[in-house]
Amino acid sequence: MNNTYMINGDAAAFSPRLANDKVVFKGFNLWYGDNHVLKDIDATIKSNIVTAFMGPSGCGKSTLLRSIDRMNDIIPSCRTEGDVYIDGRNIYDADEDVYTLRKAVGMVFQKPNPFPMSIYDNIAYGPRLHKTASGDELDKIVEESLRGAALWDEVKDRLRMNAFGLSGGQQQRLCIARALSINPDIILMDEPCSALDPIATIKIEALMRELKERYTVVLVTHNLQQAARVSEMTAFMYLGEIIEFGATRDVFENPRNELTENYITGRFG
Amino acid sequence: MRTGDVVSKILFLCASLSAVIVFLITAFLLREGIKVLTPGFLLGLTWSPHRGLFGIFPTIVGTLCVVAGAVVIATAIGIPSAIFLSEFSPFWVRNIIKSSVEVIVGIPSVVIGFFGLTVLVPFIRNQVGGRGESILAGWIVLAFMILPNLITIAEDSLRAVPRSYREASLALGATKWQTVRNVVLPSASSGIRAALVLGVGRAMGETMAVLMVVGNPETPWIPTGVLDRVRMLTSTIAIEFSYAEWGSTHQHALFAIGVVLFFMVTVLNFIATFVIRRKNIQ
Amino acid sequence: MNEIQREKLVKGLLYAAVGLSIVILPIIVVWVTANGLGAINLEFLTGRPYRFEYGGIYPQIIGSVYLVSLCTLLGGPLGIASAIYLAEYAPDNVVTRTVRFFTETLAGMPSIVIGLFGLQFLVYFLKLKTSLLAGAVSLSFMMLPWTIRASEEAIKVVPQEYREASLAMGATKWQTILRVVLPAAVPGIVTGVLLGMGKAMGETAVVWLTAGSGLEAFVPRTLRSPTGSLPMYIYLLATQGHTAEGMQNAFGASLVLLVMFLAMSVSALLIRNHYLRRLG
Repeated sequence: MNNTYMINGDAAAFSPRLANDKVVFKGFNLWYGDNHVLKDIDATIKSNIVTAFMGPSGCGKSTLLRSIDRMNDIIPSCRTEGDVYIDGRNIYDADEDVYTLRKAVGMVFQKPNPFPMSIYDNIAYGPRLHKTASGDELDKIVEESLRGAALWDEVKDRLRMNAFGLSGGQQQRLCIARALSINPDIILMDEPCSALDPIATIKIEALMRELKERYTVVLVTHNLQQAARVSEMTAFMYLGEIIEFGATRDVFENPRNELTENYITGRFG
Repeated sequence: MRTGDVVSKILFLCASLSAVIVFLITAFLLREGIKVLTPGFLLGLTWSPHRGLFGIFPTIVGTLCVVAGAVVIATAIGIPSAIFLSEFSPFWVRNIIKSSVEVIVGIPSVVIGFFGLTVLVPFIRNQVGGRGESILAGWIVLAFMILPNLITIAEDSLRAVPRSYREASLALGATKWQTVRNVVLPSASSGIRAALVLGVGRAMGETMAVLMVVGNPETPWIPTGVLDRVRMLTSTIAIEFSYAEWGSTHQHALFAIGVVLFFMVTVLNFIATFVIRRKNIQ
Repeated sequence: MNEIQREKLVKGLLYAAVGLSIVILPIIVVWVTANGLGAINLEFLTGRPYRFEYGGIYPQIIGSVYLVSLCTLLGGPLGIASAIYLAEYAPDNVVTRTVRFFTETLAGMPSIVIGLFGLQFLVYFLKLKTSLLAGAVSLSFMMLPWTIRASEEAIKVVPQEYREASLAMGATKWQTILRVVLPAAVPGIVTGVLLGMGKAMGETAVVWLTAGSGLEAFVPRTLRSPTGSLPMYIYLLATQGHTAEGMQNAFGASLVLLVMFLAMSVSALLIRNHYLRRLG
């Protein structure tokens, strides 16, 4: 099959059978009111890799991502059936605490959304909120988080500056640093580069490759090349279902489903 | 979680405070005024407390006269001003004027009344006729009092009209004014109507500024001319309360006037809210 | 006349209308200043009224300050709390719509009716007597809807993205409101409260019936003491004064009142401008 995708080098060597299960969807369904947005999702996200979810607009990939930290709960008309396990625990269990869950799962949004505060206060928000550190400890966490997001060198002299003074790409890395500050296991990224220019995008994609060493990264993207470049496993979604899910090189080079093939070759979406 | 529940309950109690206050106002006013609220009261032609006569019809007519004229004047100045602010003014001009209007809204009415009393009234007396204190003076002063609110609400309604409507009209070759007259104004009409109704309500409730310029004769009569002195519902209460004997019919009559005022203003507010509501649903 | 000429004519008329609308403020300010400046001296500002038309206005100034401060302490936090509920927690149901309707009703209530209610409920029923306390509480009935409106506006304008970012980090709704939404809304809220204080400063009808005669010669010593106020003083001297000095004093008091009113209103707007510039 003819394709022009540059598959990421790590993905070439990756074997799903050898990695741990981090997030498991079992028969998961979600409705907004009468709208059946996610249909019988069965999927396993492995730890310490980048898993990409791709598909045309409206296929449910963002909703799926938000199911992992239960951010969909905010919408009153949302209803779910089925289970989602993180490290073996069903996060949709009745007595699961959604706040603890969100401490363990960081999220980066499509449009960078720093708080209207200084850079320092943005990163310190999480630790202060959960009372995990203060004083010198807090300074350390801020520095580590900023380093983890490859932003430290650019902002270390102006931590007290308002976050809005940063460029779009820097703001997004700030948001990543902020997500890191609460020491999560999983990082969810919802089309993190779609509002950014190409150079900023490259920087963030490089960051994703670093982050997977310590975290499990789940990425939603509408950019096929990006999915191919950065992920070890890729899922293709269409109209609320997962059509295909496997190692990135398999999905892009040998798609098993005709829909997947049509999407990859650009016949729709 | 648990704190959140407690917090939302406490906040709800705070929010319902307004409702509680309105209930209490209704209850207390009615309790004091209900005995006097008879057709004879509302239609009676003579208000003479020492003779035990409490007819507020001339006062009602006087109030309506002043309010009507004031609303007409305020509309004539205010709607064009709102149109100017929304459609024809550059960004910085709009900012300055809107901010000024926000300040003007709060000017102490007693100072406006003072101005009216010492400048407007003598002017009318000398240049137009009569005693000076008159319906005419009331029109001018009251129009000024309701102008800022009117402008603000009307301007908000105009700005709410989607930009695409204007662009479509201009793209067809219409001038700005043609666009405003044929597209924007009709689209904003229910909001503007609401602004007018709210303006009427505000005018009915205005006390101090009008009190100082309309004359307040001892025994009000149904006005026949613009230079007649009148009583307003609000000013009657204000002036007579200090010398109405506690517990007397006189005092109850004043409370009854309060009930009438409360009722009229609430009905007007209700109408305005529904007029706006209907537009939002559309 | 063709369309272009008509447009010019219309524009001219509109300019005239706006001019009329805003020219009144400077006219009044100039008029009050011109007539009132003569009365302003140290004795006037620190002395007490005697024999109705003479003397100074110190108790009136302090009375007004006390009334507005106390009224804000009561109506401010309550109004902000109500606004938080309406903006962040209130579900879209009949109960909420009813609460909103009553808030709007209270907002449109004539001040004299509030005064009547204050008199009947606070002064007599609760036996607070004509006093600083009764006056301040009655004023807070007026201030409450203003604060609610301004605060709700300020809270609604805070972008939804901030709330999402906070919730995604494991914060509860209330933590998000307290740590992110409210701090972002503070400038708008402060502006609203200051504008409300300016309006409360000039309120006459309410304090007429609840706070005191207006010409008190003493500063209120306790919450239950009657208190004078600038608006009442101005009203009484303007309508019942017959000496030149009385009129002069009325102008002087008007000037003081205007200055205090403008100080609050203008600083409210300056605060808002400053923060709009910082965020934009």
